[in-house]
Amino acid sequence: MATVHFTKNLQRHVACPSATVDAATARTALDAYFALHPAVRGYVFDEQGGLRTHVNVFVDGVQVADRAVMDDPLRPTSEIHVIQALSGG
Amino acid sequence: MAQHLLVGTRKGLFTIDRAGAGYAVVDAAHLGVPVSAVLVDPRDGTAYAALDHGHFGVKLHRRDPGGAWTEIACPEYPPQPDGEVDFDEFRQIPIPWTLKLCWTLEAGHPDSPGRIWAGTIPGGLFVSDDRGDSWTLVRSLWDDPSRTSWGGGGYDYAGIHSVSVDPRDADTLIAGVSIGGTWRSDDGGTSWAVGTGMRNEYMPPGQEYEPVAQDPHRLARCTAAPDVVWCQHHNGMFRSVDGGSTWSEITDVAPSVFGFAVTAHPHDPLTAWFVPAQKDEMRIPVDGRMVVTRTRDGGETFTALGNGLPDRHAYHLVYRHALDVDATGDRLALASTTGSLWASDDAGDAWSLVSSDLPPVACVRWVD
Repeated sequence: MATVHFTKNLQRHVACPSATVDAATARTALDAYFALHPAVRGYVFDEQGGLRTHVNVFVDGVQVADRAVMDDPLRPTSEIHVIQALSGG
Repeated sequence: MAQHLLVGTRKGLFTIDRAGAGYAVVDAAHLGVPVSAVLVDPRDGTAYAALDHGHFGVKLHRRDPGGAWTEIACPEYPPQPDGEVDFDEFRQIPIPWTLKLCWTLEAGHPDSPGRIWAGTIPGGLFVSDDRGDSWTLVRSLWDDPSRTSWGGGGYDYAGIHSVSVDPRDADTLIAGVSIGGTWRSDDGGTSWAVGTGMRNEYMPPGQEYEPVAQDPHRLARCTAAPDVVWCQHHNGMFRSVDGGSTWSEITDVAPSVFGFAVTAHPHDPLTAWFVPAQKDEMRIPVDGRMVVTRTRDGGETFTALGNGLPDRHAYHLVYRHALDVDATGDRLALASTTGSLWASDDAGDAWSLVSSDLPPVACVRWVD
């Protein structure tokens, strides 16, 4: 189980409320979330399933070990934060 | 003449309406988000905007007449076959099968209701037959063996910035690739032939005329005489009188043959406008004096039009989609990467400043 949260910067563009999903890893948790909220997927992953370059995923405060695989195991009360580094002028 | 202008900028999409003798900004949409392309479909009045969210990817939005902007489907590259590496030969790097930019949006032919074309980076042409609810990559062009020799210009990868459908035939279209030449299809995009006759002087000796090594910056077709197509090329200016199959170079145009933008008179095949800049690493108006060059004789001679444009210490650059003429051929809009916008009601003889306070402008489009 994990609760998935998204940066406020993304909530401005697409509805992405925090939600608790049943999953064993970070990747499967995100997949489960996107099954509930399909419009959010394209903001986080590209069409080949890759995590967008400046988006990152933290599990219980720790960045996922491998951005491509994201097989970090979850605890029953894990918190997943999808964050983004803004830039530009 | 057109009464509305859509202006896509680095910080949003602005609607600017004719108001009395001048203009007024009447709407600001997608504030803070770069807008890379905009289209108002003349067939049904539907508006489309391509947003470049950067970190969150590219998204398309649509607005029905009288409605609100809503997100629609976005062009997506198909799954890349396992183990297949698409290699950019020029830069010797892999070409990602992921959408980096939606560079242009164009309406299909009146005989193809609901059809929209999108040109993208990297090097993609997409088509939708349902007003953008779904998109398909045009594989015939994507799979052309020459594509891996296309190269990026200002962007990391090659892209399609111009798509033009022949008003006489829904299946005849041309696409401009920077850098990858001009491509024409006469069968709705099933097969393609590259245009010839362009010259790229920075290529090694003997390869200047290589068709896929050409860097057209923008194509513009005459609506009433669709065989006439103009091109602002990295290397200069070109004109085709056979629908983009062959090109002839236009030379000796003051103050410069370099630039990005061109627009064609909708009725007069002999008239077109360009926005010259000092090539090629400078990319500012020659001598700091901003002008538009206009030909009325098919490119034989040009007049530099600067009445109302800044004539000293002006460092504006006009991007390839930031010059547009309305359906009358009289009303023009011109906008710069330094956020200034000018309009003309007399085919460029005189210009008036509409705003100098906009974000950097990517594209302008007149709407009747």
